[in-house]
Amino acid sequence: MPSDKRTYASCRVGHLLVGVDVDAVQEVTAGGELTPVPLAPPVVSGLLNLRGQIVTAIDLRRSLQLADRPAGQAAINVILRADGGSVGLVVDSVGDVLDVHQNDFEEPPGTVSGHLRELITGVYKLDRGLLLVLNTERVMEESNGD
Amino acid sequence: MTPATGIGGRPIELQAILKDFIVESGENLDQLERDLIVLEGQPHSKETLASIFRAVHTIKGASGFMGLSKLGEVAHSGESLLSRLRDGSLVINPAIASALLALSDVIRAMLVQVDQTGYEGDIDCTALMERLAALQESSAVTSAQSTAAQERALAPVHDTAPTPAQDIAPTPAQDTAPAPTDTTRQTPSGGNVRVSVEQLDKLMNLVGELVLARNEITQLSADQTHSALVGTSQRLNAITSLLQEGVMQTRLQPIDTAWSKLPRIVRDCAQQCGKRVQLEMEGKDTELDRTLIEAIQDPLTHAIRNCIDHGLEGPAERIVAGKPLEGRILLRASHESGQVTIEVSDDGAGVDIAAVKRKALDRGLTTPEQVRTLSDQEAIQLIFLPGFSTAATVTSMSGRGVGMDVVKTNIEQIGGKVSMHSEAGVGTTLRMRIPLTLAIMTALIVKSGDEQYAIPQANVLELVRPDVDGGRNQIEMIGHAPVYRLRDALLPLASLSAELTPERRSTRVPASGEVPTIVVLEAEDRRFGLVVDSAVDTQEIVVKPLGRHVRGISLFAGATITGSGRVVLILDVPGVAMRAHVVARDRRAITRSTSADAAPASTESLLVFAGPDATRMAMPLSKIIRLEEFPRTAVERLGDRDVVQYCGGLLPLEDIASFLPGARARRRALDRVSDTLQTLVLTRNGRQVGVVVDRILDTVEEALDEMRPALTDGLAGSLVINGLVTEVLNLDAL
Repeated sequence: MPSDKRTYASCRVGHLLVGVDVDAVQEVTAGGELTPVPLAPPVVSGLLNLRGQIVTAIDLRRSLQLADRPAGQAAINVILRADGGSVGLVVDSVGDVLDVHQNDFEEPPGTVSGHLRELITGVYKLDRGLLLVLNTERVMEESNGD
Repeated sequence: MTPATGIGGRPIELQAILKDFIVESGENLDQLERDLIVLEGQPHSKETLASIFRAVHTIKGASGFMGLSKLGEVAHSGESLLSRLRDGSLVINPAIASALLALSDVIRAMLVQVDQTGYEGDIDCTALMERLAALQESSAVTSAQSTAAQERALAPVHDTAPTPAQDIAPTPAQDTAPAPTDTTRQTPSGGNVRVSVEQLDKLMNLVGELVLARNEITQLSADQTHSALVGTSQRLNAITSLLQEGVMQTRLQPIDTAWSKLPRIVRDCAQQCGKRVQLEMEGKDTELDRTLIEAIQDPLTHAIRNCIDHGLEGPAERIVAGKPLEGRILLRASHESGQVTIEVSDDGAGVDIAAVKRKALDRGLTTPEQVRTLSDQEAIQLIFLPGFSTAATVTSMSGRGVGMDVVKTNIEQIGGKVSMHSEAGVGTTLRMRIPLTLAIMTALIVKSGDEQYAIPQANVLELVRPDVDGGRNQIEMIGHAPVYRLRDALLPLASLSAELTPERRSTRVPASGEVPTIVVLEAEDRRFGLVVDSAVDTQEIVVKPLGRHVRGISLFAGATITGSGRVVLILDVPGVAMRAHVVARDRRAITRSTSADAAPASTESLLVFAGPDATRMAMPLSKIIRLEEFPRTAVERLGDRDVVQYCGGLLPLEDIASFLPGARARRRALDRVSDTLQTLVLTRNGRQVGVVVDRILDTVEEALDEMRPALTDGLAGSLVINGLVTEVLNLDAL
């Protein structure tokens, strides 16, 4: 793969199209009951049984400070590999795996401020819209207690 | 790098032998270090000396065979020194012991190199060899050694020389390990097999999965009428349990494995700090899973260093404090309700709570408001915050910016909990509670709201269903604290749903109509009841650790997957108790309890309450019939007395202040307090009377014979309860 090309798994979260580095993705699962964890940080939406392994699911809508998913709307878990076990990101839906060119990349503009800016590393300008590259490390840290 | 000849392309067979050599030498060195410490205490133990000699000799011999010439040379110079010790012309002293321990370190380092690269590497050991050689001469030439050591060195010449060490019969006074090297090396391993740890881990994981599959099958077959299936499922059930037990057994090791390295650490560390320390161990045989043994090694080491560096005072301060010069560190391990408790306690100065608070503020770890509301016990726990370090000076040992938070994180990673208890001037105890195994336990599944939770069966004493309407066995309130009368003892209650959803804490007791269940639990010697919506059943569960995002929540010990595939959180009972404040009493530092263990004092349940001027008072619970709360508006006047209508009659009310002796006696208007009057119902002269107190605080178990005598009549005396002076009322004099 030439170095100016990158591959991201695209997912929808609210009105945003978010890209997650394909290498970080372990698998994608639909459904599955989540067990809520009382007293956990709000971004933790629950625990998931992934073939006998217990995975903490983080609601990306909460991380990105978007409105909560309407009740009854299906959600998809994007399971990421992480230090000390896997972590699930709860998104609205998962789209194609996209090959993007480094030419289309830009740092997040200065007007993108606050929380969102901290969680994305940059933006790819695609024909069908903007792909926000998620800083998965950061997303997983954010939920860690504070 | 010294390319020792011919090591690189070893044939396969030799590779395998080399591996064994490395493992065995590591064990030999462990033994050697233990023996050296013993020998320091008993310089003339020939048996110990022989064991040390043998260990070094074995390494020397084998390294020659393996072509590890450098390793052989170093071992040889150690052996020469040891032979001087053995023939009695030298006696062990701190300098020799340190040099031999350094030898052990160098050999270890070389073995690591050999293991990783196949070569001994370029570890420079000339200095060590010179040091060992110089020590050999030290008895002949007057050296910088202490004269005391010299004098001792002369003594043994008379009683040794001709007897070869091997022939000596064991000295009867020997309390050390009776040279385990002998038994393991000389008797052929009767049917024992070395199994790699990975292999055992794999087996354990598979058994864990098998238990889950078994649970699912059991659940599925429960709905079946097919008798063969039901039978097979039952057999599967039984076999799985046996298998699980068997595999778990193979992984258990005595905790001594983790402890064996500590005497050396204590010695080195104490020497560095200029302190004298005695390490005692209790419960060496306590067994736990080997993965856990490995995991507790570092936290233990750190905790011990911390004790020596910060906990114990220097010799001068100890003399001033009237303590023995030698500081004492006690390591204690025991099984307690399906968990292993490991305590590290010292008899040092205790944690300086004011200093801890100050430091936490300085480092911005907490706010002045928070600090003000902290109890001493809570303040001590600030030590576990990341970035906290109590030592005033940075020392080479424990002041490297890492502190007790590392201990806490490590222990939490294996599903354990850490707490610290301290008493000023008496000592500090660090308690680590870790699961016996990371694997499997029996748990009671309960329901709260829509969710299920697992409670380790080991903590569960019984289940009770309270009466709902009226009835003697209903849930009653003392202030805002619900209690239940369990066989005439008050059981403090916590509501699971209230603890899980603190924002709705006000609804602590479930709405009437639904009959809740009280799970009577025991945590750290205290009983309390947990109110849940219902108990579902008891299951074997496989404990899985929580991800890092939720690991910090003290209510949960882990999670599991039930037969239906759902994730269920496992409650940490002591964590729940702590959060619900039902465990109010600090456990004393064990240094004190061990000395007083001989005659356990008889204890009595006391009700602690606040009296006039915010004084703390207590009264034996046995003398109290009921605890009641009356609205202020219910108080009526009858002559010059306050009364309330109670159980179809009138109950006279008296202010607690009017019972106080002498000048403190006075009458206050009963409506002074709050809108509700907290009342103790007692019998006096055959009649019931309600004594109004300012606030009911707690019930505690205390030994009354520790009571200090009263200064005035009307008081039985005073006691220190939870670190606060509390007056005990003499009921008969009231």
